[in-house]
Amino acid sequence: MNRVVITGMGVLSACGNSVDVFWDHLSAGRSGLAPLTRLAPERVANNVAGEVRDFHSSQHFGKQGELLDRFAQLALVATRQALADAGLPARFGEAAEGPPATRVGVYTGSALGGAESQDTAYQQLYAKGASRVHPFSIPRCMMNAPSAHISMETGAQGPCLAVSTACASATHALGEAMRWLRAGMVDVVLAGGCDAPLSYGVIKAWEAMRVLAPAGDRPQAACRPFSMDRSGMVLAEGAAMFVLETEAHARGRGARVRAELAGYGASADAGHITQPTVRGPLRAMQLAMQEAGFSAASLDYINAHGTGTRLNDSTEIAAIRELLGPHATQVSISSTKSMLGHAMGASGGLELAACVLALEHQLVPPTANFQAPDPECDLDVTPNVARARRVEAVLSNSFAFGGLNAVLALRRS
Amino acid sequence: MTDPLTEEVIAIIAKEQRLAPDVISPEATFQDLKIDSLDGVNIVFALEEKYNITIPDQVAREMRSIRQVVDALRAQLDAAGA
Repeated sequence: MNRVVITGMGVLSACGNSVDVFWDHLSAGRSGLAPLTRLAPERVANNVAGEVRDFHSSQHFGKQGELLDRFAQLALVATRQALADAGLPARFGEAAEGPPATRVGVYTGSALGGAESQDTAYQQLYAKGASRVHPFSIPRCMMNAPSAHISMETGAQGPCLAVSTACASATHALGEAMRWLRAGMVDVVLAGGCDAPLSYGVIKAWEAMRVLAPAGDRPQAACRPFSMDRSGMVLAEGAAMFVLETEAHARGRGARVRAELAGYGASADAGHITQPTVRGPLRAMQLAMQEAGFSAASLDYINAHGTGTRLNDSTEIAAIRELLGPHATQVSISSTKSMLGHAMGASGGLELAACVLALEHQLVPPTANFQAPDPECDLDVTPNVARARRVEAVLSNSFAFGGLNAVLALRRS
Repeated sequence: MTDPLTEEVIAIIAKEQRLAPDVISPEATFQDLKIDSLDGVNIVFALEEKYNITIPDQVAREMRSIRQVVDALRAQLDAAGA
């Protein structure tokens, strides 16, 4: 079985549109959450979100942009960043260097697909009484649009898939892509997640679930995972794409290895459509640790799913307690959703990027906006201030509605 | 000298295809202009929106040149006006 490494990454998020700006935010505990700019404030109950700012289709795309919903636009730009970061050509199979195009796969995850395009089309039909919608509505909305466009733009001709497992989509995509590389199906995979769910319809649907945090006086601090006064999640958008390679391929071309993707655990609660269990997330973490060869004592950092809802956070801490036993108090835990918001299908990718940077900088990004400890979340959740410490072995957790759990294990390379 | 409707069609296609109107000859085919099937449905949509008409699928499928678009459009407009 091949070892798998990360050689490139690209991010667009509420905390910036490059890896460097993203880390400036996260390492400083600086939230990117703010009042919505794309909707009139009176139309939403909780006027706070994690928007990708200063991103316009025309900056990045010509005519092609008309075919792309925002979620695919974000994925394509993140992919361009990741390829440049990995020192790979922007297009496979045309330059002498780089892998053959047929040995490059694509795997993306998204929870909601082309939500904005769908909203626009339905608004035409239902609100404006139109009898037709734009003919690009289907190609814009389809869940596999990002992976297809990535393959078209980069020339990657290997397997090309999209997965949709709600809030674990990116993590599942990355884990499954790792399996391809382990098995030798391909040498390189462009993998990650994207979502742009800040459409009126999607926001209202989340409002109806009553899990969104109120904006309050300080919208940037609306998401307070693990804090006693936490009041829910904050919707966000973004994309995070990675270049994954077999270690042999990466070493063979002299690539800089950012981290080893050492393990992946996937499990289903087989329980409730929205209420999490302890045992499902626990088993996903155990499987990822097992594959990576991590012991409880060797684990340094867990980037938690940490949505900021009452139920998720306490259940996740209980699962970590059971996972690590007496070592649970030694591990650093944080929720970067406190700064990024919950970018749905992109969130696991953004959080994996945070983990790679934590390994590189030997610094655990904090859980921002932390006010007071909750006895039900009484582990070290790295409140408010980043912690310099040994970071060699890391888990990144994503637990989706439906009880679908995915965990990635990263090792310092 | 082209008629006004042909000029309007050329302007619409130029906008949708991001081409300069003066490179589109009234005799050009979609193939000449590298207009693929997806571009084609987009152009039909733009015409429907502009003239507030409905172009049936079987008519749309026959549109493979500027001339065919103009003729089909004129027939639709005449029918709508009649």
